[in-house]
Amino acid sequence: MKGKTMELFSTFRSAKGRRGAAFAALAVSVALVATGCAADSPATPGEGGGDSTIAFLPKQLNNPYTDVVLGGGEDGAKEAGFTSQVLGPLEASASAQIPFIEQATQEQTNVIVIAANDPDAVGPSLQAAREAGAKIVAFDSDTNPDYRDIFISQVVAKDVALIQLEIISEQIGGEGEIAILSATATATNQNEWIKFMEEELDSNPDYANIKLVAKVYGDDDADKSFQETQGLLSSYPNLKGIISPTTVGIAAAAKYLSTSDYKGKVALTGLGLPNEMREFVKDGTVTEFALWDPAQLGYVAAFAGKALLDGTITGAEGDKFDAGDLGEITVGANGVAIVGPPTRFNAENIDDYDF
Amino acid sequence: MSEILSTAVVKQRSGLPKRLLGHDAIIIYTLILVIIIASFTVKFFAGPLTVGFLLIQVIPILLIAMPMALVIISEEIDLSVASIAGLTSAVMGVLWRDSGWDIGFVIVASIFVGVICGAFNGFLITVVGLPSLAVTIGTLALFRGLALVVIGDQKVANFPKELNQFVLSKIGATGIPVVMIFVVVIIAIFAIILHFTPFGRGLYALGHSKEAAAFVGIRVGVAKFWLFIGTGVVSSIVGVFLTLRLASAGPDNGTGMELSVIAAVLLGGVSIFGGRGTIPGVVGGVLLIGVLTYALRLAKVPETALIIVTGSLLVISVVAPSVTAWARERMRLARLHKEVQGSSTPGPISA
Repeated sequence: MKGKTMELFSTFRSAKGRRGAAFAALAVSVALVATGCAADSPATPGEGGGDSTIAFLPKQLNNPYTDVVLGGGEDGAKEAGFTSQVLGPLEASASAQIPFIEQATQEQTNVIVIAANDPDAVGPSLQAAREAGAKIVAFDSDTNPDYRDIFISQVVAKDVALIQLEIISEQIGGEGEIAILSATATATNQNEWIKFMEEELDSNPDYANIKLVAKVYGDDDADKSFQETQGLLSSYPNLKGIISPTTVGIAAAAKYLSTSDYKGKVALTGLGLPNEMREFVKDGTVTEFALWDPAQLGYVAAFAGKALLDGTITGAEGDKFDAGDLGEITVGANGVAIVGPPTRFNAENIDDYDF
Repeated sequence: MSEILSTAVVKQRSGLPKRLLGHDAIIIYTLILVIIIASFTVKFFAGPLTVGFLLIQVIPILLIAMPMALVIISEEIDLSVASIAGLTSAVMGVLWRDSGWDIGFVIVASIFVGVICGAFNGFLITVVGLPSLAVTIGTLALFRGLALVVIGDQKVANFPKELNQFVLSKIGATGIPVVMIFVVVIIAIFAIILHFTPFGRGLYALGHSKEAAAFVGIRVGVAKFWLFIGTGVVSSIVGVFLTLRLASAGPDNGTGMELSVIAAVLLGGVSIFGGRGTIPGVVGGVLLIGVLTYALRLAKVPETALIIVTGSLLVISVVAPSVTAWARERMRLARLHKEVQGSSTPGPISA
């Protein structure tokens, strides 16, 4: 207290002058922000010297699935003659991608390839990017079709949903309670798959005895997904199976199951990466799961960007473009191009895949 | 003796502590320096696009930083701001989808969400007497949860296109978003409240000592209650802004923003222990983090390295004033000690 009282004394003499100085400094800085822009830097294209540029915007960085997609994307970009870069947020929230779209716009990127965290929230920024001349390719998770030229989908959404139901039904013998451990509550593709699963459960007589008792959201965060799995199993003692249509979720759930009493008793399937799931398949926690080869997705997206940029396609139905090693791909309705069917991974084939 | 002391205290609080203005000035000089360096060294940085994109990106943080500065100066904290923005966005989406009201009325009703949330925080803190840290950690989760209840996993995206275009529109060729005019007005309002009204000066007193503040006639409870209404309302305004800017209402709008806001406020020279801080400093802090992040991204600094940079900056800015204050304090005490020993009349007043 004594110290505090002391410091109060010698401090108020020149406060006014200082305040004025601070405001002046602020005014100068604001003016600088406002006018510094007048000193325009000329619009020069990317370092490649006439090279066209492509920017990949995944939902988030440091996600193993994303890394595989981006690996394929960079291969494709190289083959298609692009200088590529990856821009993205560390967390997968709706608005987190926007600064990166704006950055790509500012850098006059020719092609922006994006997996949208929110189909609409990225719209206005993509619109601005298009006005600046960029071609927009959506991949993995679509934007509102108004805001992109083409959407590269690995698989038909319904097939992805159905294969997961088929696997879980096989493993639980066609009856019992199941639950879904998803990504974020607003994730576009997960919600679409879940919708198809729910419709199929309601309409397909083969699944009449399967009851979906809960949908929980692990937010594509390993710890949260782990806890949600724990929560599911304690809240629903009769639970027979869990579907986790996200690679982070299924790995976290498998990790929990493998060390719990439920190992081998509660079935787990969904969409997983072979490299992450290998140990759980080998130790019997997981019998079978599904996924496509994500690298192909990025690879095709790069070639689609090339075709759009060259003007050989516009993203209209029936357009065909060359996708390197994967041959020719045809654009379907609503500007959606499909790469291929999902693959099932189990103890027999998992060692054939490395991603 | 005590009379002299208390008048001195009151007198002192009517001005701004000198050390602080030093901090403000440093932040603002740093900001200018970063802008100048980035303009010359970072490709694409110097251009009207930067001004537009950058300002639109920092507006939510800049807005919430204003009432947050007042709250932290009073030695309280509000962690629920981003969740209030999310809840506002959710309510706005549902009202627009289901009520059939005019968009203007929907916006007004949505901002009322902030009044209710702020009043709820304020009630628990001032009437029930719970610590604001505990209360707002709770409401951080509660309001976000309510947002999910209100709108579920849905998104509402069919807002009038004109509003989105208006939010993103620029003042002529300057690149400055039109909404900045509104933001500047809000900044001015908070600057006037904090620096030129008895209420604002009372907040510094509150931050130093609640008991002393009560003694000099500040109605501590009422003041704190209004502060939380303030953060609530501004958070709701940000919720509306985000919804219109994204053209999408959802429960996750603004997630995680509370920490960015608090970081910027602290960088701007507001003491986490209360009692110190100014609006110009906070504006400088917000812009400094914004400009630095923007420039480093354009300079191709990886995102992971970037959070290390902004994190370190924050630690330095929080630690540096404490260290210098401690050093000055020691020197002053030492000098005082000497003087007291030298003269036979005791008493710190002579210092």
